[in-house]
Amino acid sequence: MTFFTDENLVIAEEIIGRYPKPRSAMIPLLHLAQEQEGWVTDEAMTQIGELVGTTSAEVLGTCSFYEMFKRHPVGKYVINICTTMSCALMGAGDLMQHAESRLGVKSGSTTADGLFTLEGAECQAACTEAPCLQVNYRHQYRVTADQFDELLEELVSPDHGVPDHGVLSQIRQHIPEDRSVGAVPPEEVTIAPVWLSEDGETQ
Amino acid sequence: MSEMTGTPIVHAPGFIANETPRIVTARFDYEDSYTLERYEATDGYQALRKALDQNPEEVHNEVRDATLLGRGGAGFPAGVKWGFCPPGVWPRYLVVNGDESEPGTYKDRLLMELDPHQLIEGCLIACYAVGLSQCFLYIRGEMAVAQERVAQALNDAYEAGYVGKNILGSDFSVDIVLHWGAGAYVVGEETALIESLEGNRGMPRLKPPYFPASIGLYGQPTIVNNVETLANLPWIVQHGAAAFTAIGTESSPGTRMVAVSGHVKRPGVYEIVNGTTTFRDLLYGNDMCGGIRDDNQLKAFVPGGGSAPWFTPDQLDLPFEASQIGPQGSMLGSGAIMVMDETTDIPAAALTLTKFYAHESCGKCVPCREGGTWLEQILRRVVTGRGTPRDLELLIEVGETICPGDFPHAAVPSKGIEAVPFPYRMTTICFVGPSAFAPIHSALTLFREEFEAKVAGNENKTMIEVAVDV
Amino acid sequence: MSDQDVSEVTVTVNGTEIEAQPGEMLIAAADRAGVHIPRFCYHERMSPVGMCRMCLVDVDTGRGPMLQPSCMVPVSEGMVVDTESEDTKRAQEGILEFLLVNHPLDCPVCDKGGECPLQDQTLAYGPGESRFVEEKRHYEKPIPISDLVHLDRERCILCDRCTRFADEIAGDPLIHFTERGNSTQVLTFPDEPFSSYFSGNTVQICPVGALTAAPYRFKARPWDLEENESTCTTCSMGCRIAIQSSRNELVRYLGVDVESVNHGWLCDKGRFNFEAVNSDERLTSPYVRDPDNQRQLIGTDWGSALASSAEAIRRAGPQGVGIIGGSRLTNEDAYAWSKFARSVIGTDNIDAQLGDGLPAELVLGLPPATIADACEADTVLVIGPDLKEELAILHLRLRGAATKGRTQVVQIGAAATGSEPYAQRSIRCQSGEAAKTLSELLSSDDPLAKQLRDGSVVTVLGRSSVAESADPAVAAASVIRAELPHATFLPALRRGNVRGALDMGLAPGFLPGRTRIDNPSAMITQKWTHIPKEQGLGTTEMLQAAVAGQIETLILLGADPLSDFPDRNLAAEAIQKAKAVIAIDNFVTSSVAQADIVLPATAYGEQSGTTTNIEGRISRVTQKITPPGSTRDDWMIATELAWRLGGDLELSSKEDIWREIEQVAPSHAGVTLERVLSHETFEGILVQQSSIDLTLLAPRDTPVADGYGLRLISGRKLWDAATTTAHSPSLRHLAESPSIKVHSNDLQRLGISSGTEVRVISTRATENLTVVADDKVQRGTAVLPFNQPGGSANRFIDATAVINDIRIETL
Repeated sequence: MTFFTDENLVIAEEIIGRYPKPRSAMIPLLHLAQEQEGWVTDEAMTQIGELVGTTSAEVLGTCSFYEMFKRHPVGKYVINICTTMSCALMGAGDLMQHAESRLGVKSGSTTADGLFTLEGAECQAACTEAPCLQVNYRHQYRVTADQFDELLEELVSPDHGVPDHGVLSQIRQHIPEDRSVGAVPPEEVTIAPVWLSEDGETQ
Repeated sequence: MSEMTGTPIVHAPGFIANETPRIVTARFDYEDSYTLERYEATDGYQALRKALDQNPEEVHNEVRDATLLGRGGAGFPAGVKWGFCPPGVWPRYLVVNGDESEPGTYKDRLLMELDPHQLIEGCLIACYAVGLSQCFLYIRGEMAVAQERVAQALNDAYEAGYVGKNILGSDFSVDIVLHWGAGAYVVGEETALIESLEGNRGMPRLKPPYFPASIGLYGQPTIVNNVETLANLPWIVQHGAAAFTAIGTESSPGTRMVAVSGHVKRPGVYEIVNGTTTFRDLLYGNDMCGGIRDDNQLKAFVPGGGSAPWFTPDQLDLPFEASQIGPQGSMLGSGAIMVMDETTDIPAAALTLTKFYAHESCGKCVPCREGGTWLEQILRRVVTGRGTPRDLELLIEVGETICPGDFPHAAVPSKGIEAVPFPYRMTTICFVGPSAFAPIHSALTLFREEFEAKVAGNENKTMIEVAVDV
Repeated sequence: MSDQDVSEVTVTVNGTEIEAQPGEMLIAAADRAGVHIPRFCYHERMSPVGMCRMCLVDVDTGRGPMLQPSCMVPVSEGMVVDTESEDTKRAQEGILEFLLVNHPLDCPVCDKGGECPLQDQTLAYGPGESRFVEEKRHYEKPIPISDLVHLDRERCILCDRCTRFADEIAGDPLIHFTERGNSTQVLTFPDEPFSSYFSGNTVQICPVGALTAAPYRFKARPWDLEENESTCTTCSMGCRIAIQSSRNELVRYLGVDVESVNHGWLCDKGRFNFEAVNSDERLTSPYVRDPDNQRQLIGTDWGSALASSAEAIRRAGPQGVGIIGGSRLTNEDAYAWSKFARSVIGTDNIDAQLGDGLPAELVLGLPPATIADACEADTVLVIGPDLKEELAILHLRLRGAATKGRTQVVQIGAAATGSEPYAQRSIRCQSGEAAKTLSELLSSDDPLAKQLRDGSVVTVLGRSSVAESADPAVAAASVIRAELPHATFLPALRRGNVRGALDMGLAPGFLPGRTRIDNPSAMITQKWTHIPKEQGLGTTEMLQAAVAGQIETLILLGADPLSDFPDRNLAAEAIQKAKAVIAIDNFVTSSVAQADIVLPATAYGEQSGTTTNIEGRISRVTQKITPPGSTRDDWMIATELAWRLGGDLELSSKEDIWREIEQVAPSHAGVTLERVLSHETFEGILVQQSSIDLTLLAPRDTPVADGYGLRLISGRKLWDAATTTAHSPSLRHLAESPSIKVHSNDLQRLGISSGTEVRVISTRATENLTVVADDKVQRGTAVLPFNQPGGSANRFIDATAVINDIRIETL
């Protein structure tokens, strides 16, 4: 069973190769799967299990622990309104009410056109800019009701710069082959790194 | 600040340049602060060169002498932590904790977005000093921009020869692997971070061992350092431990980044002098927050991230010095202050935090998994007017199964309440469970009358009557 | 103080000083001292996780008492522990109240009610009443997570026992925690059930009624159960079990934790096949062939059936009788039949193995090892069947030792096995060539050669494939004896009491007590009236003799050669040609259906006695229920037949038989009835002494493959058409239908695509089967499981050949 595109499979193999143990690539590969499909399908989890050498149940165990992984389709834009203390103190509750009535859906659901999923979220590390929200994990600061409406308009217009849900960093890490030290399984390393042993650290 | 040359000052959202030494935020004034060009033009990677000219032990000693306290929350000296790696056990790893998610905390994201090379240089110095052969830079999942900035910076640094094989022509070689989280607060706990990095559910590991330095990633010695902690290293190596300890106090030297949010005139992220700056300086100082919004009265503030017991105006003159905060019943934690003015509905404010920790429980320890949610349910009833006076006792009793014994809180001289010093005892592995109780305990201890007002009139209702939302 | 100075530490528990092992967890030390600390997640056979927090106790290590989870705190010198302090009690009450917050309290309809740790500990340590008034968590009520196990997530307290077992012990992490925090739940992946051979253990260790076993659900209440401790005889591991009945019906087996054997675990086959004992299809009265219609059996009475049997035996004469089987029997029953055959019939044609085992002299004569030896050895060398399929708990023990780094498992064989994930090395060789591969390895500079020569080695030796003769195994033993003289052996024989049967002389040329027929003990010559001089025939030879008309009467002693003998054609022809076939069995198996006289025997749980496992460990099996109908113990049948043949076995009870065994069997001298009836049999009495002087005959060479055919490899699966499995309603559908597996390159070469039906041709048969590409199969070989329902490899096998080749063709 294959889920990943050929292109993404190459990326997946490269990611796995960066870790001393393949299983460490589980979360990065789940992100890659979500980038490809917008959410994490069962087929994706099965293939990730094969790639990193675990059962699908273990992949599900990890996947379902983390909130960003959606195991059902969500909107093109996931709007997370922070509801934790700093934002709550600065009017997150009102913003959420406004968002719900503006989008016509309750928090936790997706608009009928499949464009927006509205969620209440926990602290987004922008507490001084309350109330804040994220669109596909990109921040908007000190959001008023009017700004929320403008944001929605911007998101349906072209060239707003927010990639579809599932895409996080639009820049991938690339380790040039000639610069790479390479990952080694820990059991195969028994001596101190070369720059240390020259300095005679005791074994 | 205006004397600095270069592109015009465009601070990131939240950052406010105040009149204090700038160690980790020095480049924030440049629009292109995150680029390699800007970094190299402002002494970037000079500390790495300097470190490579010394032997690793000397670099380690410099950091140890600087008494650089961990900036993640626990405040443990980084140089000492490094020394916990058992000798002769290889490989050793560095895991960078960029999973900033403690309510109120906003600084590591700024450091990653605005000065990623400073962090990378810090990682390299740590790896060199302690013999860490691979570095994993774990950035919180919900920080797409930080991921992009760090990815670009790493790609540039690899190309330029700062990271990877034979760094700057030396025999020092280390890969830095960028890794993202996926949305779980508890992963900020260092053993949960390691579990997550191993591809598992981010559940904290049993202690002992107390430090991953002995048994960490893949069972190997592992240093887990916070982003801000590592960002200090280039400056310390560059200027020396003595220059660092000249700032602040002996036990809390240097600066630290503090985010002040909530009801102040100028909420923002400040780099303040450690040890001597007081909460009053920060909240009321003209170069800092400038006072409470609308010149309202300050009611309470959370001094060290959402899990810290609360302070009231009575504690405003305490400085950012751990040894003084603990005895007064709270902690400095992750440098996050949340301010509540006189208009604040205290039980409702407490609920926003209890809800957070209940939601973020990993589910491993029963007291946190069951108790946290139960606390939230009771408190929600109280806040929405469906609580009884009995519920107020129940909140404390349920909390006592998570944190047996006296729970730390601040003094309230006007009510004759004396402080109970930090820390608390707990029946859980990590602090998430106690953190669900902390806001409830603080709020109930300091503002009991507000809770009583919420349950007034429900004295004769049975628990069943209030539980059923009619 | 350095570590080596400390051999024991002293800990004060509730005012009493106890000695503990350094590094031991406090809860374990307290257990040994008789102080019970309540717990849910802690399990002594699994690593601690510290999840439930129920075992919090006050621990003072010099800094004042602190509540610490005793499953996570290693003992230290001078530690002062109070398990009954006010703080401890308050914590226990608090934790239990938390655990009950979301527990449905459906105890009246819960299978666990009455034996539930949550219920029991709530009564003992709980707060009395709950203050929780909110809505509880809700989930869909029990969902099947496999064919055998149901999961009720509302009852689950998330102790991580089942999930830890699946991952850590079974190596089948197919159930896992999913979601997070208060929503955490145990689940399988969609459409990937928890199909572990060991799934039933999770039901047993579940501390609530969250996991229930399909065969037991709503069958009984714990207070209605009667229980005996016994030994499982499904395979020859000898796992300790508790057999439980309600109203004279077996309803449940539980694993009992013995250090020497099973550590409390059972495979699902052993755990659930009690259903067969209760089966309506059991033979409960004798049958004989209908004289008016040779195609059917008709019921008869014991008197006539025994008389006809005696007549058939008498008519055939000593050399004309052959007795096949006996591994199902207890030691005592086996002894009675051994004595009956030699002393009364006068024949040595008797063999408990069905041509699919090892030569008896190997089993009895090779230097013996125990399971514990294997788990502590530097290297365990496996040359034999897939242990996961045939000796599942041995697989579990070796896996445990290997994953903990205590031993290294090295296997040499032609097919992929279930041991591969934890083996240090899995060396593939052509079928029948393990000895050659091992020789080459030992003479190479591979570091493994040094590891084998310099370290301790336990060999698990058996038949890698039923499609090869015993010669390759004998050859491997010869190499090991010559090259690794320090190696000891565990025979990988699978049938229930095969080891005991061989000990009792159910093998041609052998007498009870691991002696040869030409060297009887003094006592045996006193007790037995006759001992044949000539060595008799083994199963293969008996069947050949029957075909040749030399054996007239075949006695099938719980044996089904048509299903279990490697060569179905030979078995069928023998049964056909024999003048009389007397079958003593529990069920109408394929072979029993062809018999002329059928005598119903008592089954497991209906008889008592002793059994001997592969190590030579003797433990007790106990009677729990009354046998159905007029079934009789096997020894009684032997006694009755002896009388009718004018002899007298002089055996009147199982106890009586054991006393005689102890007298006449040199290896068993000193293992008195008193010992056997004592608590000593809990761990089992290890009898390893043997007087067999082993001279390994030069085995036949393995012929070279011809290049056209595929070498056939056939092993057994845990789920197959075995009689007890087939008669257990919960298990019978678990066996896969047969398909022949071939490497994709071979298929490509033959122009055949995977999943199609092909013609399979051997010297014995031509039949159609589905072929499936499987790159775990070695090139040039074909893997077809033995005895799967709907098509067994035995149709294709020639039992007289060293190896068997087949060809496959498109239809």
